[in-house]
Amino acid sequence: MSLDIVIAGVGGQGTVLASRIIASAAMRAGEKVFTSETIGMAQREGSVVSQVRIGEPLYGPQIPDGKAEILLGLELAEAVRALPKLKPGGMAIVNSACLIPPSVARGESVYDREALQNYLREKTGICYLFDAFDLAREAGNVKSANVVMLGAFSCLPGLPFTAEQLLAAVLAAVPPQTGAVNEKAFALGRQVMGGK
Amino acid sequence: MKKRQLLMGNEAIARGAVEAGIKVATAYPGTPSSEVFATLARFARKYGYYAEWSVNEKVTLEVAAGAAYAGARAITSMKQVGLNVAADPLMTLAYIGVKGGLVVVVADDPGPHSSQNEQDTRLFARLAKLPVFDPATPQEAKDMTKAAFDLSEKFRLPVILRPTTRVCHVCQDVEIDEIVTLQREYVFHKSPEWVIFPNLAYEKHKHLNRLQQEIADYFSQLPFNRLELKGRVGVVAAGVSYTYVREALADLGEEDISLLKIGTPYPLPEDPVLRLLSQVERVLVVEEQEPVVEEQLIRIAWRHGLKVEIKGKYDGLVLREGELNVDKVRAALAAFLGREIPVETPPAGPPLPRRAPILCAGCPHRASFLAVKEALVDTPAVLAGDIGCYTLGYAPPLNAMDTCLCMGASVTIASGLARVEKGVKHLAFLGDSTFFHTGLAGLVNAVYNRADITLVVLDNRTTAMTGHQPHPGLPLTAMGEESKPINIATVCRAIGVEVVREVNPFHFREAIAAVKEAVNHPGPAVVIMSAPCVALYKPEKLCVVTEECTGCRQCVDVLGCPALVPGEERMTIEEKCTGCGLCREVCPVGAIEEVAR
Repeated sequence: MSLDIVIAGVGGQGTVLASRIIASAAMRAGEKVFTSETIGMAQREGSVVSQVRIGEPLYGPQIPDGKAEILLGLELAEAVRALPKLKPGGMAIVNSACLIPPSVARGESVYDREALQNYLREKTGICYLFDAFDLAREAGNVKSANVVMLGAFSCLPGLPFTAEQLLAAVLAAVPPQTGAVNEKAFALGRQVMGGK
Repeated sequence: MKKRQLLMGNEAIARGAVEAGIKVATAYPGTPSSEVFATLARFARKYGYYAEWSVNEKVTLEVAAGAAYAGARAITSMKQVGLNVAADPLMTLAYIGVKGGLVVVVADDPGPHSSQNEQDTRLFARLAKLPVFDPATPQEAKDMTKAAFDLSEKFRLPVILRPTTRVCHVCQDVEIDEIVTLQREYVFHKSPEWVIFPNLAYEKHKHLNRLQQEIADYFSQLPFNRLELKGRVGVVAAGVSYTYVREALADLGEEDISLLKIGTPYPLPEDPVLRLLSQVERVLVVEEQEPVVEEQLIRIAWRHGLKVEIKGKYDGLVLREGELNVDKVRAALAAFLGREIPVETPPAGPPLPRRAPILCAGCPHRASFLAVKEALVDTPAVLAGDIGCYTLGYAPPLNAMDTCLCMGASVTIASGLARVEKGVKHLAFLGDSTFFHTGLAGLVNAVYNRADITLVVLDNRTTAMTGHQPHPGLPLTAMGEESKPINIATVCRAIGVEVVREVNPFHFREAIAAVKEAVNHPGPAVVIMSAPCVALYKPEKLCVVTEECTGCRQCVDVLGCPALVPGEERMTIEEKCTGCGLCREVCPVGAIEEVAR
């Protein structure tokens, strides 16, 4: 079995951390893994993409276009930007909330939330859209939105690890004092997908 | 079963160095290399070796070489352009050689993702006539690090390990091995062999040339070069491209291709190459950046009179710019094999917002740039920039950077401009870490030669862009030990700069006044804009928009701060706000207030 996951977000949202968490959960479950991450200049509020590849055959770190089974979008527009990586009929879990860049605030480019949401629904097999920032605030810190998304992701069928294994990987990766917030964020992400 | 751990390529290199028994690690940070040393620094006490962030790459290489002269295993790491700074010691160190193993990690950045050029370190290795390893995965990067130490000691030469971004910043489940403890005495044995002179250089050059074939033969035996002989059509793949080639071949259903994986691109191991070239009629060379392997293949085929069609960069089949991926390699393979593959043009979706990297909310550089622009509002000026987070100041709306070339070039480019361009003020911007890296030499030059420039040092108390490393201006070393910080203002005064002003850029009026004074001073002047990077502290304040806001958007139009987002009628300020208060300076109606968090 092999599974390719693409994670898209904005620098500062914890996209790299999310890919590491998924990879370490897969490793705990005995799978081979690769991640490929955006580190460097783009981390300053730019578009960032992380890729996670699990299982075999496992050739290399970069997912070809149209091959990812799952798209995890930590931000709406960035999810659409990464959509070419998703295979036809693939699954998307996307934060419906927006991070408006200054280029939009200054009128140099546009952010059409409704058009982007409709496009995502139209171009994916299954698309789950919900406001992860609201849930993260409810958990206690808006920065835990990446963990909300991981909680939602853990409800998908066919993952090589259990939700418990993924949560354990989350808690091993975040600062200890944020454990309670992240645990709640993970649970709220599961709830929004109808999981327990 | 061996223990496995999820490691980033850079961490895997660090682990390999620890397993090889290093005694000294040095580096200057630079994406995508920084985590090699950051990891080594973290474990230095635990495993008992010395680690330092050095001021620049020339220094890192020389300090590591000194340790290797005395028989220690030493590693130094830098990004590709850092090797230009270290080129002087490297070129002659290849003649002088080492005693303990010396591995020079130079991370290349095809793309480029976070660099000012796409230079290929394998060409540098060829120029210096030094062996180079080119890993495909983090696991291989770790294995090669250990092999590089062995090679270095066998041939008494520094060895280059050249990972690329897609190895450095890739995580893999990597096998963890035992750490060797080397029973060695670290003694420098005096000998004329360590003192380069023209006559010794000639002898050493002959020796180095003789070694090239020996090293190529040694490389033929290493597992990093692998030949799978199958059909009469072949592919040669180097570095990370090997993973793309295998996936693309599987995807195309091509099972009869002879495949040679190259992990040591210079000097190219002749044995597997000759075996491949004797078998195939046509071969495609897939490598990122320059045709380093391809050219050596052509040379070997020509010298052995082998009539093989060698395709690659010179045919335009494999791109020479940017990085490769599975899709690009599949297209190249299909063209080479004469296969038609459907080219899918993705449908045009809705327009996407432009999201280029920008300065963070609350970044003190934004205040510094704004203060300079305010000070210069009626003064024609050229703003020479440098390498760091502040390079992002070039973007609109700040538009506060007119040149950017390389580390330390702000002050010197401004100096050169000032010699010929009259009626215009010339300012240079560089960060605190860049000041010590190569900026200082340019400032000494400006003082000595009386250049009429103003240097603005953006002192945010860290090396921010590469992940917040310390530098000589801070009271801390890489190993977490206390150090005596070198005060930038004191240095500037000591070398004879007559006007040196230190100011917090968020004390906006004072900052403007300081810039005006410095710019009006004939001869070199320095303004040190001092305020910590936002990543280094927890903000205590937050700005909020009051009902006075008219929605004119002047705040975001002038500042481009990512915390400022237009709402239905009024501006809103997002949680990422640090309460720096700069937007209060530009709001025409006083509609922004600071509150405690």
